[in-house]
Amino acid sequence: MAQVSLNNVQKVYPNGFQALHPTGFEVADGEFVVLVGPSGCGKSTLLRMIAGLEDITDGSLHIGDRVVNHVDPADRDIAMVFQNYALYPHMTVRKNIAYGLQNRKIAKDVIAGKVAEAAEMLNLNDYLDRKPSQLSGGQRQRVAMGRAIVRDPSVFLFDEPLSNLDAKLRNQMRVEIKALQRRLGVTSIYVTHDQVEAMTMADRIIVMNAGRIEQIGTPSEVYHRPASTFVASFMGAPPMNMLPGVAENGAAHLFDLPIADQVAARGEVIVGIRPEDLIPDATGPLAIEVDHIEDLGAHRLLHGALRDARLTVHVSKDVEVAHGPLRVAIKPDAVSVFDVTSGARL
Amino acid sequence: MKKAGFTQAWLPILLLVPQLSIILIFFYWPAAQAVQSSFYLQDPFGFGSTFVGADNYTDLLGNAEYKRIAWFTVIFTVSVTFLSLSLALLLAVKADKVIRGAKGYRTLLMWVYAVAPPVAGFIGLIMFNQSWGPITRTFAALGHDLKIGVNYWDTAGAMIAVSVWKQIPVNFIFFLSGLQSIPRSVREAALIDNRSASSRFWGVTFPLLAPTGFFLLIINITYALFDTFGVIDTLVKGEPGNNPMTLVYKVYVDGFRGNDLGGSSAQSVILMVLVLALTVFQFRMVERRIHYT
Repeated sequence: MAQVSLNNVQKVYPNGFQALHPTGFEVADGEFVVLVGPSGCGKSTLLRMIAGLEDITDGSLHIGDRVVNHVDPADRDIAMVFQNYALYPHMTVRKNIAYGLQNRKIAKDVIAGKVAEAAEMLNLNDYLDRKPSQLSGGQRQRVAMGRAIVRDPSVFLFDEPLSNLDAKLRNQMRVEIKALQRRLGVTSIYVTHDQVEAMTMADRIIVMNAGRIEQIGTPSEVYHRPASTFVASFMGAPPMNMLPGVAENGAAHLFDLPIADQVAARGEVIVGIRPEDLIPDATGPLAIEVDHIEDLGAHRLLHGALRDARLTVHVSKDVEVAHGPLRVAIKPDAVSVFDVTSGARL
Repeated sequence: MKKAGFTQAWLPILLLVPQLSIILIFFYWPAAQAVQSSFYLQDPFGFGSTFVGADNYTDLLGNAEYKRIAWFTVIFTVSVTFLSLSLALLLAVKADKVIRGAKGYRTLLMWVYAVAPPVAGFIGLIMFNQSWGPITRTFAALGHDLKIGVNYWDTAGAMIAVSVWKQIPVNFIFFLSGLQSIPRSVREAALIDNRSASSRFWGVTFPLLAPTGFFLLIINITYALFDTFGVIDTLVKGEPGNNPMTLVYKVYVDGFRGNDLGGSSAQSVILMVLVLALTVFQFRMVERRIHYT
């Protein structure tokens, strides 16, 4: 077990492309941190740098109390689960799981014990003598997990481990991985582009965009108090409504309606409101013209226009809705205000 | 789904005729001829032939020179196959690691592939030339007097060297593409699982190259046995005497230099059986194992 800390770590490729701007954060011992962001935001690069599969251009990386910038991947005491599982196709499941131990001069009976234990934990007992090609996607994923678990590493690294699975299996494995991590208490860094995975699995989320960290926080902080318009629109489906507002006299206004106080800025701002924080209310201050309704079973999404801005309202299935005018109220303290140019939270 | 088919029976036959006639005229007919004439003793001047039954075969099997050449062929084939495969693998592994200028290296390494066997043999002759060949000089500097065409094993060495040189590019191309088809993440997983580069190579990379390697093994054996004719012909031309030769070359020497068409045909038939066995072996092996998905 160990904490991981990054100090001004950055990555510049030989062609000059800066994949990762100087970045620093700490992952506490036993913590489950999720790196989330769109494709090409540098999250995988960052993970691969921690694993030792990519060089660190500058800055220092600690795992435990060691600086590991120039330590071989095999000596960093980490285990990694890859997106396409990366199982050794010529080895049986048993050998796949044992391979990392065999190369570390561990006694055969100890290895056998650990493999048996991992197989038990992951329900792989019946498959130990099969080759990876004879397994389903979910089983392969479990073997990859087994390979990581038996090593008993300080840190688990996950590189989009669920994105090759179908939706149903993905939900199931998500719960399994999280439960396993909680049980083993191993420090984990998990990369995904799926905000649902990030929200449900993380102790803390690190939202990345274009090689920079946008926000670090608990899932609740990231969701309810997004640090920027990017985070606000990336986390949450449907994304947060972004409406044009004006700040004056210490308050933010949405079409002349004061909706947030203690705003220091003046002039144009962006007002962000989550779709579920807009509540249909006959006496509500906002008049929306609903022109499209998405029925998702448990709830409905009402898409409409507020003057010339588009917005979405999330209502439960029990609420009567229809196309046409609708008055809504805003949940108190549920409004985020962002700077127009930088997108930063005010 | 509707099955596409021909309405008349003669159309598919007509379409197959060109290919079939080429196979018949250039492969089956000569093969049948060889089998037939292997049971006859031909007049050296072409005036007639006498049926001698299996005499040509029994003569061959009792012939000390034939045995010697068969042994040499085995040594030659094993050396050429082993050396060309291992050197090509080494080059492919190194070329695979190169990042800067990778294309240039690869092109240079594949270049020799375009050289025709007799040309390769001729380049070999120049390199091994008795009076000014650079390789001969290098050996002379090391204290060995290389005598191609005179010393049996010197000539054998030159034949092996030129044949290996000629075959390396083919193996290189296949090994390189084999290496590149190993998923990057599998190699990275090995990087995390295993500190030792050589142990990673033998434990993960090499087994994953096995299908490519096995295919190349058969290709190389066939090459060393049959396709080296041009190289050997150029290197020992006009000096058959004491020089080493392979079974295929002996077929030519006995048949067209010695005018012993019957004996030469019998040798061809033996080689045909050998190729047949090799092919059957290959198909069996490919079907049975060394297949990963």
